[in-house]
Amino acid sequence: MATGAATNGRPRPVRTSELVRFATAGSVDDGKSTLIGRLLFDTKSIFEDQLEHVEETSKRRGDGYVNLALLTDGLRAEREQGITIDVAYRYFHTPRRKFIIADTPGHEQYTRNMVTGASTADLALILVDARKGVLEQSRRHAFIASLLRIPHLVVCVNKMDLVDFDEEVFERIRSEFTGWAAKLDIHDMTFIPISALHGDNVVERSERMAWYDGPSLLYHLEHVHVASDRNLQDARFPVQWVTRPMSDELHDYRGYAGEVASGVLRKGDEIVVLPSGRTTRIAGIDTYDGELDEAYPPLSVTLRLEDDIDVSRGDMICRPQNRPVEAKDIDAMVCWMSERPLSPTGRYRIKHTSRTALAKVDQVIYRIDVNSLHREEQAEALQLNEIGKLRLRLSSPLFVDEYRRNRMTGSFILIDESTNDTVGAGMVL
Amino acid sequence: MTISPAPPILRRDEDLSYEISHLRALESEAIHVIREVAAELERAVLLFSGGKDSAVLLHLARKAFHPGALPFPVMHVDTGHNFPEVIEYRDRMVEDLGARLIVASVQDSIDSGRVVEENGPRSSRNRLQSVTLLDAIEEHGFRAAFGGARRDEERARAKERIMSFRDDFGQWDPKGQRPELWNLYNGFVKPGEHVRVFPLSNWTELDVWQYIAEEEIDLPPIYFAHERQVFKRDGMLYAVSEFVELLPDEEPFDEFVRFRTVGDMSCTGAVASKATTLQDVVAEIAATRITERGETRADDRISEAAMEDRKKEGYF
Repeated sequence: MATGAATNGRPRPVRTSELVRFATAGSVDDGKSTLIGRLLFDTKSIFEDQLEHVEETSKRRGDGYVNLALLTDGLRAEREQGITIDVAYRYFHTPRRKFIIADTPGHEQYTRNMVTGASTADLALILVDARKGVLEQSRRHAFIASLLRIPHLVVCVNKMDLVDFDEEVFERIRSEFTGWAAKLDIHDMTFIPISALHGDNVVERSERMAWYDGPSLLYHLEHVHVASDRNLQDARFPVQWVTRPMSDELHDYRGYAGEVASGVLRKGDEIVVLPSGRTTRIAGIDTYDGELDEAYPPLSVTLRLEDDIDVSRGDMICRPQNRPVEAKDIDAMVCWMSERPLSPTGRYRIKHTSRTALAKVDQVIYRIDVNSLHREEQAEALQLNEIGKLRLRLSSPLFVDEYRRNRMTGSFILIDESTNDTVGAGMVL
Repeated sequence: MTISPAPPILRRDEDLSYEISHLRALESEAIHVIREVAAELERAVLLFSGGKDSAVLLHLARKAFHPGALPFPVMHVDTGHNFPEVIEYRDRMVEDLGARLIVASVQDSIDSGRVVEENGPRSSRNRLQSVTLLDAIEEHGFRAAFGGARRDEERARAKERIMSFRDDFGQWDPKGQRPELWNLYNGFVKPGEHVRVFPLSNWTELDVWQYIAEEEIDLPPIYFAHERQVFKRDGMLYAVSEFVELLPDEEPFDEFVRFRTVGDMSCTGAVASKATTLQDVVAEIAATRITERGETRADDRISEAAMEDRKKEGYF
C-alpha cells in the first residue's frame, strides 16, 4: 500500500517519508517500461482504472499479455509506435519513501533526455538484457550517470527467466560491466538479477535465484542512503528574490529569498555577499511558518541580514572563508541538446543558479566518444547528443564550484539567443 | 572558521535535523519555481479554479513571498457552470490574501461568438475554456501562467515540463519541449508566447491531501461528505443542477457524497462518501484504487488521448 495507509483511521505521520529521485535508462526492448510497470503494480501504485485501460489496450494491440509498458507511454505517438519519446515522470510510495522516477527513453537520438532525467537523480537504474550482455547503450548510460554524478548506480540484469536464471550469465555481465566502469567515477554500484516480466527480485527476493544473496530491487531502493549525498559543507545561497513588503508594519523589512543550494546557514553566521564582497551576519531565517535556527538544502527560505547592504537577485551569499570561484572563464563538460549544432563562434545565454550572463565559446577542447570514452581533440563543434569539454568566456562573472563537489553551483544551461531553446547542459570542471 | 581542503562528508543520518520530509522537499521545490518565474517573467498570473490543487498552489505562492504580498494576480476561468460553494470559496480566499482577481468568462467568449456552445444532455463547456484562457492571457499580456496540474493525474501530463513553453497560438508541442535540467528553468519567451508553470508537477493526489491536512489549508465544502441530490450516468454520480439535462431514464436521488476534483458541475462526478473531516478524506484517498480523473471526470473519457489533444490546443 502506498504511504498514508491508514493506521487507526489516521494517515501515517508524513515526516518519516523521504523523497528519492531515480532515473531509469535502458535500450529499446530491454524491459525498462515493464520494470517500471512492475514496480508500480507491485507497490499498488497502479489504480484499477489504469490497469483496466492497459488490459484493454494490450488486447487491442494483440500483445497476448498485460503489457505494463503501456502504463508509462503517455503520448499518442508513443503508443502508436511502441516507443518512448520523452522523459516521463512516475511516482510511487512505500511506507519509507516517496519515489520519483524519471523514465528516459533508450534510443540513441535521445541521449539528451537521459541527461535531463539524470540531472536531478539520486540514483540511476540501468537495465541490461541478460541475453545480450553489456551493449554500447548500457555503457553510454553508465557514462552519463557518472558524468552527471548520480551518487548511486544500480544495474539490473533483466530477463533472467530467458537464460534459465543462470548465475554464470549474471556474473559474466557483472564482471564485464565492472571492468568497463572502472574507467568511470562511480562510487556505489549494485548489480541485481531480475525478471521484470515475472517480478523476480523486483519487490520480493526470487526463489528461482537462490544463488543471489543480495536485496530485491525495491528493498535496495528503500534503503540506499541518500541523505548524505547532499553537500552540507559549503554554504551557498543564490538570491532569487528580494522581499520588500513596504507595508506600514513591515516598512523596513528586507529579506533575501532563495533555496539553499548547499551547506548549512545559521542565524548569527558571518556571511559575504558576492559579487559586492560586503560582509555581515544573518539576522534571521524567515519562513511563512516562522523563524528557523538553521537552513540546509533544499529548503526555500528568506534571509534577513544585520546590515543594510545592497543585495539583489543573482547575488550569492556564502561564508567569507569558503567561497565559490568567481569565474569569467570556465572549463566545462557540455552535453549538446539541440538540432542546431554548437557553433564554435557562437554566443549563448548561460543560466547558472539565479544568475544569467552571456557566454562565448572560446574553444572546443575535445569531444568525448561516449562509447569508447576516447577524447577527440580535433573536434570543432558539438552535434545533438554529443558531449565535450568547452572553454567558455562569460560577459560577467559567475560564482561557481566544481560540479563534482557541488551539483547545484556547478551546473548551468546554455540558451540559444535567437530561438530561446535550451541547447546545452553544462558541468563546471 | 577555517576550512580544510577536503572536509569529510558529514554523516548526520542519526541527526534528524537535516532530514527533510518528502512534503517539505516538494514544498521547497514548488516555492523555488514560483519565485523563479516571478523574478524572470514580466507578467505572471496564477490560475485558480477553487479546486484543491489550486488551493495548494495559492498557499505555496503566499509562502514564497511572505511577508510580502503576492506579486501577481489570480485568474479564474469561469465556465459559468460552477458549484456555488466554489465561487464563495474563491472570493473568500482572494479577499483574505488581498490579491487581485481576474475573471475570464466562457460566457463572454460564447456571447462574442469566439466559441460555440455545445448542446444536449452531455454537453460541457470544458473544452471551450481553452479559448477563453488563451484570449485572457493575450489580453493581459501574461508571459507566465501558474497552474495546479500534476504529472500523476494523466498520462500526457506525465510528459510535461514544470515550465512548459506555449507558442504564439498557445499550443503545446510534446515532442519539442525544452529540456529541463537540475533546478534551472528557461523562461525566455518572445512576444505572444508564454509559459505554463506547474509547481505541483511532482506531487501526487495523496501528497496534495497530506499537505492540505498538515498545513490546514481551507477548501470548498464540497470536498467533504454532504447530502446532495445526484443522478447516475455512465457509472458516475453527478450533481443535479440547472447546467445538466437529465436523460429520460435518469432519476435524481439523495446521497452522501464528496467531490474528489472540482471542475464544471456538468462534467465533475461525485463519489459516495461519509468522510466529513480532512483526516477521513486522507484515509479514503490513501485506500482508493481508482484515479481521481478516472473516477470523477467525464472530460477525460472521450478518448485515450483526450487530455493530450486538449493540451495541444492550450488547455490547462
